[in-house]
Amino acid sequence: MRRQGLIRELGKNRTLYLMFVPVCLYFVLFSYLPIGGIVLAFKEFNYRDGILGSPWNHFKNFEFFFKSGKAWSVTTNTFLYNLMFLALYTFFSVLTAILISEMKGKRFKKTAQSFMFLPYFISWVVAASFLYNLANYEYGMINRLLLWLGQKPINVYATPRYWYFILPFAYIWKWIGFGTVLYLAAIVGIDQECFEAATIDGANEFQKVFRITLPMLRPTMAVLVLLGLGRILRGEFDMFYQLIGNNGILIEKTDIIDTLVFRSLLGTQDFGMATAAGFYQSVLCFAIIMIVNRVVKALESDYALF
Amino acid sequence: MPSSRIAPDKLLLTLIAYVVLGCIAFITVFPFLVLVINSFASEHAIINYGYSIVPRELSVSAYELVFLNPQKILQAYGVTVFITCFGTAASLFLSSMAAYSLSRRDLRYRNKLAFFIYFTTLFNGGLAPTYIVITSVLHLKNTLAVLVLGPMFSVFYILILRNFFMHSIPGSLSEAAKIDGAGDFTIFLRIVLPLTAPALASIGLFTALAYWNDWWTAMLYVERQSLMPLQYVLYKILSSVTMAANIVNNVATLNLPKESLKLAMTVISIGPIVLAYPFVQRFFIKGITLGSVKG
Repeated sequence: MRRQGLIRELGKNRTLYLMFVPVCLYFVLFSYLPIGGIVLAFKEFNYRDGILGSPWNHFKNFEFFFKSGKAWSVTTNTFLYNLMFLALYTFFSVLTAILISEMKGKRFKKTAQSFMFLPYFISWVVAASFLYNLANYEYGMINRLLLWLGQKPINVYATPRYWYFILPFAYIWKWIGFGTVLYLAAIVGIDQECFEAATIDGANEFQKVFRITLPMLRPTMAVLVLLGLGRILRGEFDMFYQLIGNNGILIEKTDIIDTLVFRSLLGTQDFGMATAAGFYQSVLCFAIIMIVNRVVKALESDYALF
Repeated sequence: MPSSRIAPDKLLLTLIAYVVLGCIAFITVFPFLVLVINSFASEHAIINYGYSIVPRELSVSAYELVFLNPQKILQAYGVTVFITCFGTAASLFLSSMAAYSLSRRDLRYRNKLAFFIYFTTLFNGGLAPTYIVITSVLHLKNTLAVLVLGPMFSVFYILILRNFFMHSIPGSLSEAAKIDGAGDFTIFLRIVLPLTAPALASIGLFTALAYWNDWWTAMLYVERQSLMPLQYVLYKILSSVTMAANIVNNVATLNLPKESLKLAMTVISIGPIVLAYPFVQRFFIKGITLGSVKG
C-alpha cells in the first residue's frame, strides 16, 4: 500500500524529481561518499588496497592524535580564536551599521561602505600579500615606519604573540563589510515610528541608539552569534593557511584543527590521522550545532535551523 | 527652535560617526593603496626604502616583465575565466532547478529531500576522506572537471532560492500554466526563471566570486601547470621565487625584481574584481539581505 503510494508519487511528479537529480547526485558523490570514507579513521590507508581493502588498525589513529597532545592544543586554539573573531566581528559590525544608519551625508556614507565591503571580494591569497607588504621584516611598511621613528623593527613572522592581534584584525578587516550589510538590513527594518515617538518624548540621539536600536537588534544579534557558535570548531582555514602557511615558529600558537588535518594529509601523508582528526571535528561540530539549534528554537523559533 | 541650530547630541553623534567610519574605511582600503602604488615603484626603491605611500622611483618594469611573456599568465586567466563562467552558469541552472522542485508544495518528499542535502552542512566526512574519494574513487585529479565541480553547489544558496521561489512565485501561476498544458520543466524555464532573475543574479555573482577566488581546489587536486587557475598561480608566485621566474619565463632568478613582480602580479589578478566592483556591489548587498530574511 505504502509502496504503491511512493511509486505513484514518483510517477506523478516525475519531472520535478528528475530536476532534483543532478544536485542530489552531486551531494551523494561529494558529500555522502566521503562520509562513508570515515572508515579510514579506523584503518591504515594505502592507495593500492583502496578504502575498503586497507587493513584495520582500530583506534591507533585516534590514539596518536590524542596522546601527542595535539588534539587538545588545536581544539583550544580553534575554539579561542573563533570566539575572539565572533565577539569582535559582532561588535564592529553592529557599531558600523549603527553609525552608518545615523549618518546623513549620503556620499560619504556610500563611499565608506564601499571601502569596507571591498576586502570581502578578494581571496586570502591576496590578503596574505597585503599583510606581507605591511609587515615583512625587511621592506614592510610598518617596520620602515618603526625604523624612521628610531624604534627596532619587529619580526611578526617569527614572533607568535603578535598573531593574537594580527589574526583577529585580519578577520575583521575581511568580514566587517559583510557584517555591516547584515546588521544594516536589520536596522532598516526597525519601525521608524519608534524613533519619531522617542523624539517627541525628548529622547536624545544617544538614548535612541541605546534604548531603541540596540534592543531592536538583539534578536538578530542573538541568532547570528548562536549560528557563529555552532561553527566554533570549524576553523577559518583559508585565513590561517594563507597568512601563516607552514611556519614552524608560529605553529604551536596558531595551529587549528583544519590546518593540522591539512598538513597531515598533504604534508606527512598520514591519512589515518587526518581522517581521525577530521572525524573528531565533525562529531564535535555536529553535537554543538544540535545544542545551538535547541537554544535558537527556544529563543526565536522562527530562526531555528531545522 | 531655529532650524539652523543643530542639537549638540546630534552633532556629537555625527562627529563620532564620521571619525570612526572614516578610520575604518581608511584601514580597509589602505592595503589596496599600498599594493597599487608600490607596484609602480622600482625594485631598487623597494629594496632600499621599503614599501611606502609615496614611491621614490617610479617604474613599470615589473609590468613590462609580466607582459613580455604573458603566455602563462594568460593561460591561468583563461582557466579562471572558463571555470568562473561555465561553473557559475551550470551551478545556477542546476541549483535553481533543484530549488524549484523543492519549493513545490505538491511534491510529497520535498522536506525529506531538502534535509538530505541540508544534512551535509551538519555533518561531513572531513577533508581526508573527501580527498581520497575525489582522487582514488572518482579519479578527478588533474582535470578541469574538479575545478568546476569542487566549489559548485552550496546548500545554503539552494535553500535560499527555494525559499525565494516559495514566497515570490504564486502557486496559482504554476497551476494556471499546468492547466494550459505546460510541463513542470517548461514552467520552471519559461515562468519561474524570468520572474526571479534579480535573485538569480545575486546568487550567481556570489558563486562567480567563489570560483574566481578559489585556490583551494587547485592546491589539492591540480599539479599540471596548464590547469592552474589564477589565484593558485598567484599563491605560488607569492610563495616561491622560482615559480615567479618560471611564470615570466625568466631563468635568471637572481636578477628578478621579485618584490615588484609580486606586486604587479597581485594587481593583475585582482584588477577585474576591483573594476567590476562598483557595478556589482548592490547585487551582493541584495543577496546578503535575501539570505538573512528567512522564510
